Amino acid sequence: MNVMLMDTSDETLAQAAAMGDRDAFAVLLGRHYDRIFGLAFRLTGQRAEAEDLTQDICLALPAKLESYRRSARFTTWLYRVTVNAAHDRRRRAATRAKAGDGWGDWEIARQATMAEAAEAQDWLAAAMQSLTPELRDTVALTLGEELSQADAAEVLGVSEGTVAWRMSEVKKRLRAMARAEGML
Amino acid sequence: MTDELDDLKRALKAAPPAPDSATKAAALARAMAAFDAHAETLTETSRQGSTDDPRPMSDRPQRAGFPTGVREMLSKLTSRPMLAATASVAAICVGVVITQPGIWQRPGVEDGGRTPTAEQPQSIQSAADAAEPQVAPAPTDDRVRQTAVTATDAPAVEVEVPLATPQAPIELAQEESAIVAEGEMAVDAQVDGLARMAKSAEAAPSDMTAYLEVAPVGNALSDDAAPSREPNTETFSNDTPNPVKIVAEEPVSTFSTDVDTASWAVVRSSVTSGYLPPPEAVRVEEMVNYFPYSYPSPDAEGAPFRTTVSLFETPWNKDTQLLRIGLQGRLPAVEDRPALDLVFLIDTSGSMEDANKLPLLIQSFKLMLGQLRPEDRVAIVTYAGSAGLVLEPTAAKDRAKIEAALGRLSAGGSTAGAEGLELAYQTADSMEGEGRVKRILLATDGDFNVGVSDPEGLEAYVAKKRAGGTYLSVLGFGRGNLDDATMQSLAQNGNGTASYIDTLTEAQKVLVDQLTGALFPIADDVKVQVEFNPAAVAEYRLIGYETRALAREDFNNDKVDAGEIGAGLQVTALYEVTPVGSPARLSDPLRYGAPPELSGDIAELGFLKLRYKEPGQTVSKLIEQPIPPTPGEADEDARFAAAIAGMGQLLSEPKYLGDWGWDEAIALASGAKGTDPYGYRAEAVQVMRLAKSLAR
Repeated sequence: MNVMLMDTSDETLAQAAAMGDRDAFAVLLGRHYDRIFGLAFRLTGQRAEAEDLTQDICLALPAKLESYRRSARFTTWLYRVTVNAAHDRRRRAATRAKAGDGWGDWEIARQATMAEAAEAQDWLAAAMQSLTPELRDTVALTLGEELSQADAAEVLGVSEGTVAWRMSEVKKRLRAMARAEGML
Repeated sequence: MTDELDDLKRALKAAPPAPDSATKAAALARAMAAFDAHAETLTETSRQGSTDDPRPMSDRPQRAGFPTGVREMLSKLTSRPMLAATASVAAICVGVVITQPGIWQRPGVEDGGRTPTAEQPQSIQSAADAAEPQVAPAPTDDRVRQTAVTATDAPAVEVEVPLATPQAPIELAQEESAIVAEGEMAVDAQVDGLARMAKSAEAAPSDMTAYLEVAPVGNALSDDAAPSREPNTETFSNDTPNPVKIVAEEPVSTFSTDVDTASWAVVRSSVTSGYLPPPEAVRVEEMVNYFPYSYPSPDAEGAPFRTTVSLFETPWNKDTQLLRIGLQGRLPAVEDRPALDLVFLIDTSGSMEDANKLPLLIQSFKLMLGQLRPEDRVAIVTYAGSAGLVLEPTAAKDRAKIEAALGRLSAGGSTAGAEGLELAYQTADSMEGEGRVKRILLATDGDFNVGVSDPEGLEAYVAKKRAGGTYLSVLGFGRGNLDDATMQSLAQNGNGTASYIDTLTEAQKVLVDQLTGALFPIADDVKVQVEFNPAAVAEYRLIGYETRALAREDFNNDKVDAGEIGAGLQVTALYEVTPVGSPARLSDPLRYGAPPELSGDIAELGFLKLRYKEPGQTVSKLIEQPIPPTPGEADEDARFAAAIAGMGQLLSEPKYLGDWGWDEAIALASGAKGTDPYGYRAEAVQVMRLAKSLAR
């Protein structure tokens, strides 16, 4: 593999890959696989789902890269591809069964080393389940991936105001959840 | 507050497990294989391109069929319009199926309704046409139309709506739907009210075949699609249904009139979305009052409205009677109406972005502009997103300027626009003028963050401002966040009406057909009091009006606020009364109580009293009339009102209805459609049919 490529920017690599540069594609994918998987997990809440989703994206990327334009930051573009793919998968699953409802079937079997960690995960699952898919996506991007509201808006294809509104909505629901648990 | 977000953030950061290295390696390897395969097709296509196609190919030969510019533009579109667009495609089909029986009943339609001769199919045709030129791969469109035609064969058929080729890449599928979004409003307008079905399809897949089973609709919707299953923040207000009252104990019933129609629209929107409305969203009187009735008009002089009282057998109980009190407001000659000063107070918070919110709102207001006269004035204030005075008071003759201001509105932003409502009142006050009617039209999806956070404070504020002569009406848009309780209470305190607008058809009814009634009150603080004669009536029950109940002593107290009647509008109230000696009596006479003094004359069932104020006056006037005890034949209006009242009770509290159910309600309403010039009653029957399927 071309060592020089390791320092090249995502954007340049993406363009090269779109032109058919195999090495550039390999470097790019290696660099971002974990990122895609991380977001996929935050969107779905299930390891198996996240792995499948990540693989779907990996397979679709060669063709998708053609639509990449340098004007967008590669990571932003990649996040959008991921979110769209997750949407798509969710919708497809929704017609089959409820399995596609993200965070709906938290893996209780997941080995938690500490009881506290397990509790935190249950809380997270409950919190994510209380949100609509739109809010969940927004939260995954702004809190999970730490995107700014502007970047999240770009990824989701909505206005910044909408992201701001969604986050205030998330707060509202978390507070309602806390109240229901008697914490407030 | 922030703590919760911090917690969520921490948990989310920690959530993803480390990727499994074997899975990762496998995925990467398959990606490389995909890359190679893709590179091969690329070379092949371009080779073919250079030899077979004399014209220069686009930079992306594989997708040469799609215009590059459109693609790029659409890739920026949000997912919401896409989903909405998908929905509207589905709605075309659904609309056809549902309106079908109406077509069948139409005399003179040939081929058993297959040929699109009636206006409905034409509008479908044009809706499809509107979408056609923009949709790149024609199959979607053709199939929609084809489905529409086959659907007319059997109303209960399972309609398959292929929205796009399932194999198409995600992006392409989304583009197609996005393109259709361009014509969405037009589609909505033409597919009639039932296009509201669209909402149910919000969760329907855009890239897959969507199954919309028309009867029963409920089964067709996946769990995710049913809006009732989504966590939402809607709140509705209604008290528990009025109980049966015993005349000997409580002979007097007092309530305020209610010309709101929001509840019907909410019920309809729920049912056509495939779920039954929550019982507290059902206010029977608003459902009954949604429909126009032809009561006799008042005389030119005298009271601004005329009262019609009739008594007929209760459809759901042959041993009781329904007492109908109908009020018909005078309709002054339109040219005599005072000039209007309107302030549109528009919610532009981020949640208003949906197609059925701000865009529909803008369309609705544009419809209304056509009804205004040159000397009327319009100002626009926004809150929540971009706060402030968007349009200075502008004469309605300057329509282009007003439309431009409406067109510039966009949703975004989350927090308090602080002085929204105050600014609106200030603007209204600044529009001083002799003999002008001032009204604020508050349009929102439920965000009442208009500057006063405490709901009590907000209502008190509106009530105080009412004294200044500015009316406030509330228009609700969209579902999911609808704060029906606050809408109601604001409109009641602001001497205005609360309406729920879910389609352009509904906007047409509220803002065009009934604009005069909605904007020009002819009587304020209209109160109704009925005293039942214990010699003639054993028990009575007011159907609906739970939120409008007044204390007996409030009737004569002019300080107590009540409902308004708009120009040309009707108000209908129904009592179910049990005559003395009827086997339907629910309560036993008391063993130890003194027997009621039967001093009343049996020639009267009861005595009706009405109080109202001329607009702007502080002292009320009284109208009185006895109610005759002999039941008569129910006319069409009476039967239809009874059917709607029965429907409202089926949806909220059916305990007084006995065996009477949806089939009886549908039969009663179908037989009482009358001339129905606007088609409201026909639509009501369709909604009943859907509700019946859902209620199973």
